[in-house]
Amino acid sequence: MKATLILENGIEFQGESIGSTDQVVCEMVFNTSMVGYQEILTDPSYAGQGVVMTYPLIGNYGINEEDDESIHPWAKALIVRHLAPRGSNFRCTCTLNDYLIRNGITGIQDIDTRYLTRILRKEGVMNGVITCQENYDKDALIAQMKQYRVQGTVEQVSAKEVTHIPGEGWKVALYDFGEKRNMTKRLMHYGCDLTIFPAHTPAQVVLDGGFDAVMLSNGPGDPADCQEIIQEVRKLYEAGIPTFAVCLGHQLMALATGAKTYKMPFGHRGANHPVKDLRRGRCFITSQNHGYVVDGDSVDPAVAAVSHVNVNDGSVEGLKYVGKPVFTVQFHPEASPGPVDTDYLFADFMELIHQCKEGKENA
Amino acid sequence: MPKDTSIKKVLVIGSGPIVIGQAAEFDYAGTQACRSLKEEGMEVVLVNSNPATIMTDKDVADHVYIEPLNIFSLHAIIEKERPDALLPTLGGQIGLNLAMALYEDGTLDKFGVKLLGTSAESIRKAEDRQGFKDTMEAIHQPCITSKVVNDTQDAVDFTNSIGYPVIVRPAYTLGGTGGGIAYDEGMLREICDRGLSLSRVHEVLIERCISGWKEIEFEVMRDSAGNVITICSMENLDPVGVHTGDSIVIAPTQTLANKEFQMLRTAALDIISALEIEGGCNVQFALHPESYEYAVIEVNPRVSRSSALASKATGYPIAKVAAKIALGYTLDEIPNAVTGKTTACFEPTIDYCVMKLPRLPFDKFTHASRTLGTQMKATGEVMAIGNSFDNALLKAVRSLELNVHSLRLPKLQAMSTKQIWDKLFDVDDERIFVVAEAMRRGITPEEIHRITKIDIWFIDRLGTMVKLENKLSEGMPDAKTLRFAKEVGFADSFIAELCGSTRVEIRELRRKYGIQPTYKMVDTCAAEFDAQTPYYYSTYDVENESVPTDNPKKVLVLGSGPIRIGQGIEFDYCSVHSVWALKRLGYETIIINNNPETVSTDFDIADRLYFEPLTPEDVEHIVELEKPCGAVVQFGGQTAIKLAKTLADMGLPILGTSADGVDAAEDRERFDEILNQCGIPRAAGHTIFTTEEAIAAANEVGYPVLVRPSYVLGGQGMEIAYNDDNIRDFMSIINQTEQEHPILVDKYLMGKEVEVDGVFDGEDILIPGIMEHVERAGIHSGDSISVYPTLNVSEQHKQTILRYTRDLARHLGVIGLINVQFIIYQDQVYIIEANPRSSRTIPYISKVTGVPIIDLATRVMLGAKLKDLGYGVDLYPEASYYAVKMPVFSFEKLTDVDTNLGPEMKSTGECLGFADTYPQALLKAFKGANMKVPGKGSRVILTVKDQDKEEAAQLAREMLELGMDLYATRGTHAYLREQGISAGFVHRLGAGHPNIEDMIGSGVVDMILNTPTRNQHQAGDGRKIRRMAVEHSVLCLTSTDTCRAILTARKEGHSEQIVPIDITKINQ
Repeated sequence: MKATLILENGIEFQGESIGSTDQVVCEMVFNTSMVGYQEILTDPSYAGQGVVMTYPLIGNYGINEEDDESIHPWAKALIVRHLAPRGSNFRCTCTLNDYLIRNGITGIQDIDTRYLTRILRKEGVMNGVITCQENYDKDALIAQMKQYRVQGTVEQVSAKEVTHIPGEGWKVALYDFGEKRNMTKRLMHYGCDLTIFPAHTPAQVVLDGGFDAVMLSNGPGDPADCQEIIQEVRKLYEAGIPTFAVCLGHQLMALATGAKTYKMPFGHRGANHPVKDLRRGRCFITSQNHGYVVDGDSVDPAVAAVSHVNVNDGSVEGLKYVGKPVFTVQFHPEASPGPVDTDYLFADFMELIHQCKEGKENA
Repeated sequence: MPKDTSIKKVLVIGSGPIVIGQAAEFDYAGTQACRSLKEEGMEVVLVNSNPATIMTDKDVADHVYIEPLNIFSLHAIIEKERPDALLPTLGGQIGLNLAMALYEDGTLDKFGVKLLGTSAESIRKAEDRQGFKDTMEAIHQPCITSKVVNDTQDAVDFTNSIGYPVIVRPAYTLGGTGGGIAYDEGMLREICDRGLSLSRVHEVLIERCISGWKEIEFEVMRDSAGNVITICSMENLDPVGVHTGDSIVIAPTQTLANKEFQMLRTAALDIISALEIEGGCNVQFALHPESYEYAVIEVNPRVSRSSALASKATGYPIAKVAAKIALGYTLDEIPNAVTGKTTACFEPTIDYCVMKLPRLPFDKFTHASRTLGTQMKATGEVMAIGNSFDNALLKAVRSLELNVHSLRLPKLQAMSTKQIWDKLFDVDDERIFVVAEAMRRGITPEEIHRITKIDIWFIDRLGTMVKLENKLSEGMPDAKTLRFAKEVGFADSFIAELCGSTRVEIRELRRKYGIQPTYKMVDTCAAEFDAQTPYYYSTYDVENESVPTDNPKKVLVLGSGPIRIGQGIEFDYCSVHSVWALKRLGYETIIINNNPETVSTDFDIADRLYFEPLTPEDVEHIVELEKPCGAVVQFGGQTAIKLAKTLADMGLPILGTSADGVDAAEDRERFDEILNQCGIPRAAGHTIFTTEEAIAAANEVGYPVLVRPSYVLGGQGMEIAYNDDNIRDFMSIINQTEQEHPILVDKYLMGKEVEVDGVFDGEDILIPGIMEHVERAGIHSGDSISVYPTLNVSEQHKQTILRYTRDLARHLGVIGLINVQFIIYQDQVYIIEANPRSSRTIPYISKVTGVPIIDLATRVMLGAKLKDLGYGVDLYPEASYYAVKMPVFSFEKLTDVDTNLGPEMKSTGECLGFADTYPQALLKAFKGANMKVPGKGSRVILTVKDQDKEEAAQLAREMLELGMDLYATRGTHAYLREQGISAGFVHRLGAGHPNIEDMIGSGVVDMILNTPTRNQHQAGDGRKIRRMAVEHSVLCLTSTDTCRAILTARKEGHSEQIVPIDITKINQ
């Protein structure tokens, strides 16, 4: 079936429908990873967004039962150049197309994805519609698109209930703003006794829960929308409990401590972003997925110091808080998809908890 | 870390002659590295025995030594130049081995030369089989169960403990030379014996055979701060078992999910970190197709063929960055040449599919086994970029220049389905075509996968193409189908073939429907950043990113495609120099080429680079878009020449010699007409089409005759025939491929062959030098030893040659280059052939005479006159030193190719000997070609045909004077005895013991002179002897002329007085 992708700026792309044929409005973003479409689709941070894969051959290895990053896909749409009709991999259980259909995700293929990407890069992220209707009212669709905003997504994607995963190690409270399963898995790998809390859990619940540390997860949307959560994060900060935050969690901590965030023109989404760890003096290749970023100029040096910098554009990639056992990064050390080169941060986190426990470190 | 300021002068070692397993990629890497070093203000000393390279230009390095790549000459060069440091990892395996040898023997220490980049310790860890295994074990990286052995019995014992089949890999050899898969003890013993004798350290690795696993490669980089990145992942379509150099390779990986991908990526980074590599490195893995089990196959602690591919595939300049890392910079300190804003510390991400196909020499070696295994056979490769697997593959197929424009081979179409099914079991260069044919016959993807172990995803892709073929066979396509066919990558000519039309009709149909290609940029970042790389590939898409300038001074330069026998790196040298010359003259330049190993496909050579097949259709599209004011076809070898007509038909002016001039030189009748007008004699001959005509022509001019197709490269399909049977034999081989052009039958004159390159401006000619071939006519010029200046050509003949060349150039309408070959026979100069284009001798003659031939030719093509260019006209004054160009062969890689030399070219590369006397230059050239020049006490076997016995006797006397021990087979022995020359007797094959085989096998023979006979049953013996010599690394000469040269080198050359010469100084 024919499908059309229409952008907010009026440019249309004619292609072929894949997945669901339902019409969908979403924010169009591009991801430059060459593998990992299953993880990307199921990453809650993509809630409300349509993902354009810049790599042209997608679906080659199908879908398997192990690589979902959450209970179901969150991306609203998938835009690819060529969808493989069959997946070839020993773990493959269904084709990507069947998976999209089963999960009601609208998609389009056979379009000039590089052209689309270049538009998004030059003009910035914008909204779009994918429709299978032959005679659509373009003006009406554009008007509808202009109304659209990714909002309230943290509430949508966050856990509704508290989950406890027992472990032998540190007791860690994980705030789920849209966490990827691999974050849980990495903490489990380090033996943590893990409790996953919904996004709106009051700080006091955690602080009274006898936890050794807190982890703030990644998540979708504009961090400045999460004012209530920011208040709670502030409380955690003031309490001085060892905290490690990633992506949205990193942004929320920055906002909670007086810094500002802004929306980047087209964000960082991919598996090849170089980040320099200033303390180690080394660069690492990281997995990234964010449209908002902490404004480096707004960070009060008395509150936090930049610990990681993006080598490409100099943007803030990590903060180490002054006088508090808190460190946060913008990128995804849990990877999945993408390089696992910064997995050492989980080890750093364990070490931080250890030192706090020993009472040696609070600076 | 900032750069190491104690280093001011750096020695770079090149990789020597082009051989199978080591092709042009190291010229590309070395050139990029030298430029990178010079950018940093380094004084660069370059050593490479290969004169056809760009790296040996004085523009690229400050001091250039075209000297043998051995410890002896390197020691002398280091002593003379006193470099501060040596960069070991950019000259391939040869350069690396040599650097290690200089380190181990204390030379580097003695002269205070620092090894840049990766340390000797690390190199040893990666290169030494056992050391490597230990390192991998220490970091828990699985290797394949294996054992290093120095003895065949050990190999057998070990294999009995792990079971057959096993792979045998000799240590320290190029391209896996001498390796193989053994399925039983007999095979194991044979391969092991050979491998041990070829290995520098007499060592082979016996390992568990994991044929059928996926072969995955990562190209990785590390700096001194420990930053590690991967540049590119690659997946071989051919599962483990086929050498990666002979495999179809796709970048990035296609069938790995994130989990497997990251597992191998992390392993690659862990390995490069553990080995402490500083620079580029290639890691090859075998991955079990149905589990996470994997094994590290190999690590190359240096820039490699795969690095060149990864560089071109991603746009990331690996060699350049590796050179900067070696100087001490870290990745985040090196600017990114693509974006101009970011740094080299990132991982390229690509938004297209890259296909590499090997260029195998079976079109030349028609009798060779096409089977592919662990020993590389390809002479070169092509790369194609597309937005799908399908179009990348089809572009790559077209780029091979094998007269194939699709996945359909007529020869396979003629086979039965049963035959095709059987053929699926053959692992050879045609397998991809066989798979496509099997799909056409309805053999299921699952069945094909079961037999071939090729991942089903790839087979599915071929299935899509086959389906489309069927659709197109139904008749003229509608707009939608035609667009789809173009998106999939079908050539207009193939669409025409399927629907019964012509290429031109399909082109017109496309124009009617508005179906035109668009060009996308290779930018390393999938459009995430604004990039400035003028590096494009075609797609059928919406947005065209290649916006041409409206510059009226814009010239298209056609490249020369894949490296193959007869068309080597020298044409890339010419193309690149032409681009540089045009740029100096203020022209905008566009280059089209498809060879990832070359300098010309670096995006900073021409103003714009199109990485595309060199076919009429693909070139037309670019011309339509760019609208250049003219095209240069003289420098891209036969590849470019063949396109001259297409360009002329489009109305694009061919700069210099016109397409018509090219045709006049190739068309026998027109050429004869011109020769008549100029009064230039040539051997009598005829053009023919059929075998009957050939026999009639041969009998008319009288045997022996030369038989060859016109419009060919390197004497392809050329043979000397002595009788009617020979003619029938050759004609049947020639006719295996469709002949568009007639075949030539000429009287064969056995005289002295002489060759010239000239530049003609319409009035005057400049001949930089006349070259004389050591071997008499009958051996292809590319396989002959060539000497400049001439030794035995009289002044009168030189003047005749000058006059003939000038007259010929004028009558052919040459503007620019002309290459002419002559024979001096019975004191008369005859012409053999003329080519109005660059030749393989241009780079070397430019370097040794100091005449910038390509620059002059380019200027002349644009209207300049030689008189105004400062190098004079007519014969350029002869130099006071000698340059000997020596052919280099790759016979040890091609196990069933006869090594006898004849009119069909067999060499893959060349080296140069350069000295102030002829014998000394010869000696250097032999050493450069890695030939052991025999001397006192050497054992020599003589076995020559009757016509050569008299000469062999003279040579035998000289050998005895030099203190060699002679042996001869029956006929030769008897003749020598008659002449009073004492030689030991050795039996021919199968005539009792000890025979020649026993002697070669026992390793006591140093040289064999075997001149081939046409006598049917003896010819077989001769071939066997020659092959045995190759396999035991015994020097085997097939021409008495070559033998005389080697004796001259021994007698009059002085090994102990080899003086390295900096060629940048000689012409000043």
